[in-house]
Amino acid sequence: MYRTTDILEHKQSPSAGGVGEAEYMVINVGPQHPATHGVLHLVITLNGETIINVEPHLGYIHRSIEKMCESLTYRQFIYTTSRMDYLSSHINNHCCAMSVEKALQIEIPERAKYIRVILDELTRLASHQLWWGAMAMDIGAITPFFYAFREREMINDIMEETCGARLTMNYMVPGGVMFDLHPNFQKRVKEFIAFFKSKIDEYDEILTGNVIFQNRVKGIGMLSKEDAISYGCTGPTARASGVSCDVRKLYPYELYNNIEFDEIINTGCDSFARYQVRMQEMKQSLKIVEQLIDNIPEGDFQAKTKAVLKLPKGEFYTRVETARGEFGVYIVSEGATTPYRIKFRSPGFSNLSALNHMAKGNKIGDLVAIMGTIDLVIPDIDR
Amino acid sequence: MFLKNYISEVAGAVKSLLKGMKLTGYYFTHRKEIITQHYPEIKPQLPERFRGEVVMLHDENNEHACTGCTACELACPNGTIKIITKFDITPEGKKKKAIDTFVYHLELCTMCNLCVDACPTGAITMAQNFEHSVFNRNDLTKKLNKPGSKVRAGVE
Ligand code: SF4
Ligand code: SF4
Repeated sequence: MYRTTDILEHKQSPSAGGVGEAEYMVINVGPQHPATHGVLHLVITLNGETIINVEPHLGYIHRSIEKMCESLTYRQFIYTTSRMDYLSSHINNHCCAMSVEKALQIEIPERAKYIRVILDELTRLASHQLWWGAMAMDIGAITPFFYAFREREMINDIMEETCGARLTMNYMVPGGVMFDLHPNFQKRVKEFIAFFKSKIDEYDEILTGNVIFQNRVKGIGMLSKEDAISYGCTGPTARASGVSCDVRKLYPYELYNNIEFDEIINTGCDSFARYQVRMQEMKQSLKIVEQLIDNIPEGDFQAKTKAVLKLPKGEFYTRVETARGEFGVYIVSEGATTPYRIKFRSPGFSNLSALNHMAKGNKIGDLVAIMGTIDLVIPDIDR
Repeated sequence: MFLKNYISEVAGAVKSLLKGMKLTGYYFTHRKEIITQHYPEIKPQLPERFRGEVVMLHDENNEHACTGCTACELACPNGTIKIITKFDITPEGKKKKAIDTFVYHLELCTMCNLCVDACPTGAITMAQNFEHSVFNRNDLTKKLNKPGSKVRAGVE
């Protein structure tokens, strides 16, 4: 599926290293390749083992979610976003619910805000745990995967008990949340916090300090601050290049302006910096959950809303910080019960666009490590 | 100087590897830390809110609370539910809308809970069954109101 013109261009460009014509090789990675975590198709041009060009080909799991949303009502379209970034499904749903509330000027109860933020942070933790395990596995360490899933399972169980589903919860509805918290919720979250605190150091012990791991990620996949901005990277990928872009800090929503937490910024610019940012974000998420879990106010969990939601004519944009970066929902409404047009700004798409820049000049073995540190979720990129 | 650096680097590397091995060794030798669940032999305990499939609640008199209002059909994003209504004759001789068949396409359902949320009478709910594989696709199209069932008196 490669285009010969691409290769010819590289042959002619002086930046390609000035090597002989016959030495370029084009290989396909994916769409079904275990290292791409899903169905990402990469066309890689190689000179020996050195990467000359990485070209992502999208479309393999395109489900036209944006088009589909145009025929769904404002209550129905929320569930589709769980199918985009399935590891941050709560946060995606949150963004959609919030954009509808903003457009209709619905004031949501305080209790719903607390529930939303706690569940958001638990989702972020679960997502980072899965990333940690999966990334270690990409590099060749199988054991961390099991440790990560042990802790993630506890969060999934909490979700299952309160929301009824483990991954695609559809728990956020315009006006609040779908049901009240399960009576066991607080107890189990506290158990999880205590358990995870005793285990998070094991993560460092088994992987962070490991010499093989460090050699695989240090100084690899450099992304300078300027490049991170010009590629539109967000989330931990950009914060590891020194860009301050945490939506929770810059454009606080729900309770985030009253919560004490730090935006993690690292200026290492390499794969190891991205790794460290995510590791520290887990600790920050724990801190947020700890602050809120004891103070959930009593009261309603859902504001009264009309049975049929009609957004006023206009354009509405809302953004949140998912585990991967800035997620935005842009709704154009003509005043009907369904949106005229919906655009989702997904963090994975912009982060993937920087992959070529990061991988160029590195060895092919490092490509998987770089992809691991930008934490790609393919349905989020290709929706 | 070079040699000294080299040796300390190697020593540090070996130390980091041993540290990791110590942890895996700990889990290898401690049986109580094993978290494996033997799924097909031991069925998991699912919480009562778990969404496995949509079911209609029937009481001991084979009566349900569905009035055939089609609110669930309208709430469903995928066209999973099809309500076929009929007209019953009440004792007073008036015509009354009632449900004939509640068709539920399990293969289309995304378990989003919107139908259960929309139902004004609480006639449907989510069940915990999650083992849905069948050999014939048509088996996934279900009729949720039991044969001979009728709407409970007093449910409007
Ligand atoms: S759970 Fe969702 S998809 Fe399934 S029938 Fe109900 S509304 Fe439709
Ligand atoms: S199940 Fe509920 S919402 Fe659906 S038709 Fe029956 S009464 Fe109406």
